[in-house]
Amino acid sequence: MTEILDVSKIINEINKELPNCIVKNNDDSVWIRPDDIKKVCSILKNPQGLDFSFLTSISAVDYIGYFEIVYHLTSMRNNYSAIIKTKCYGRKNLALPSVIDIWKTADLQEREIWDLMGIQFQGHPNLKRILLWEGFDGHPLRKDYLGN
Amino acid sequence: MTGIRTEPVTVNLGPQHPSTHGVFRLRVTFDGEEIIDLEPVFGYLHRGTEKLAETRNYTQIVTLTDRMDYVASMSNNLAYVRTVEKLSGIQVPERAQYIRVICAELQRIASHLMATGFLLNDIGALATPLIYCFREREKILDLFEMLCGARITLSYMRPGGIFQDADSDFWNALDILIQELPHYLDELEALISKNEIVLARTRSVGILSDADAIDYGVTGPILRASRVKWDLRKANPYEIYNRLDFEIPIGVEGDTYDRFHVRLLEMQESVKIITQCIKQIEKGPIRANTPYFIRPKPGETYQSVEGPKGELGFYLISDGGVSPYRCKVRAPSFINLTPLKKMMLGWKMGDLITILGSIDIVLGEVDR
Repeated sequence: MTEILDVSKIINEINKELPNCIVKNNDDSVWIRPDDIKKVCSILKNPQGLDFSFLTSISAVDYIGYFEIVYHLTSMRNNYSAIIKTKCYGRKNLALPSVIDIWKTADLQEREIWDLMGIQFQGHPNLKRILLWEGFDGHPLRKDYLGN
Repeated sequence: MTGIRTEPVTVNLGPQHPSTHGVFRLRVTFDGEEIIDLEPVFGYLHRGTEKLAETRNYTQIVTLTDRMDYVASMSNNLAYVRTVEKLSGIQVPERAQYIRVICAELQRIASHLMATGFLLNDIGALATPLIYCFREREKILDLFEMLCGARITLSYMRPGGIFQDADSDFWNALDILIQELPHYLDELEALISKNEIVLARTRSVGILSDADAIDYGVTGPILRASRVKWDLRKANPYEIYNRLDFEIPIGVEGDTYDRFHVRLLEMQESVKIITQCIKQIEKGPIRANTPYFIRPKPGETYQSVEGPKGELGFYLISDGGVSPYRCKVRAPSFINLTPLKKMMLGWKMGDLITILGSIDIVLGEVDR
């Protein structure tokens, strides 16, 4: 069975190298300050540490007051998983550091989030619309998107 | 040959092209015959499934999942209903779990047959092997028709179980199919996997190393062809997979041939799984007592299954209402396209089609 890794182990591992970047946590997820997300991800990927070599998926959720970006991570060697989250406040000019340098699989997924949710990823080499066409007005997965 | 200069040429492959398996466009730059740059362009089949799901109730969304990977609807149904069950704490009767596993494995065989047939079609073995594959797939679709009346967009599974029990006609036909299938799969293997032309076109073409496969987030037969022994049916057994005995075939090199061969071997394993399920299944209820309007408690969950294309996951968030607040799909076909450039750069025009065919994408799932 793929276990959900004990949150305290994740917090310890992050705090060892980068204190004060954890906002809060619950039973299965850890919230990180948005600016630190890339550094935290590279700490978690470290093969000598927790070894989260596989980024299962990146999801974005619109909670109207803020956007939440959710990273589902899996360690294939140790067969456990973890959930890392971060919050982006506001509706305009949202930006997060891209994790494409850490996991190349972020490429298409970050483009999809930019396209449908309107969150930019700084450091992504080719951040443009993917499912909709260039020139499309708005980001349809947002809760306030009305369409025509 | 010094002094001869070539100009790079950009060619559009698709969106309407028989080898792109749907409406998919590749913008490829060639230097002579060699690929020096490429960019996939998709979205032609984007229907906004995730947005549509936010306005439908949990039972209705089953029909949306059919239309993503439309050659493997059963696996999509299974991934989705499992997530809803986890989110709302529904216990599924054992008989339903067995039937669901049988259906998912039948669907895996059908999907792999299509992948194999079309790959050979793309290589240039026009239609003949494809018809061999379609002949077997047809029998599986007939079985699905006996279960629920549909052949492609099945909507057979429900949160809490299945739509209706399988009748005796189905079990008889399944017995015959299971006896015949290994023979046909052997025949397919004998016809193809030692064929000199197939070997010349696929061996060592489009190699993806194990480290790259993990880094690019690839799953399913492509990951296993790259020697990574990772299958969610073993790594994180769902339904009743922990009671079944089966192997995970892996590749040797991670080339196009391995991707095709792993699928052939997986079909044999699926037959083994179904045989065991038929032996173990017992009579009983086929559906938990769930209301039509399911209202899970506020919360979220991510659940995934090993679909024919790879890890198919659903991330559902409930706010306590009758529809999900957010329904995100981790689509394996979509993410498996990430290493396309890595696999194709430096290869020739003819190899492009072979490599794309070996990834086995379904555009309904890529674009959603």
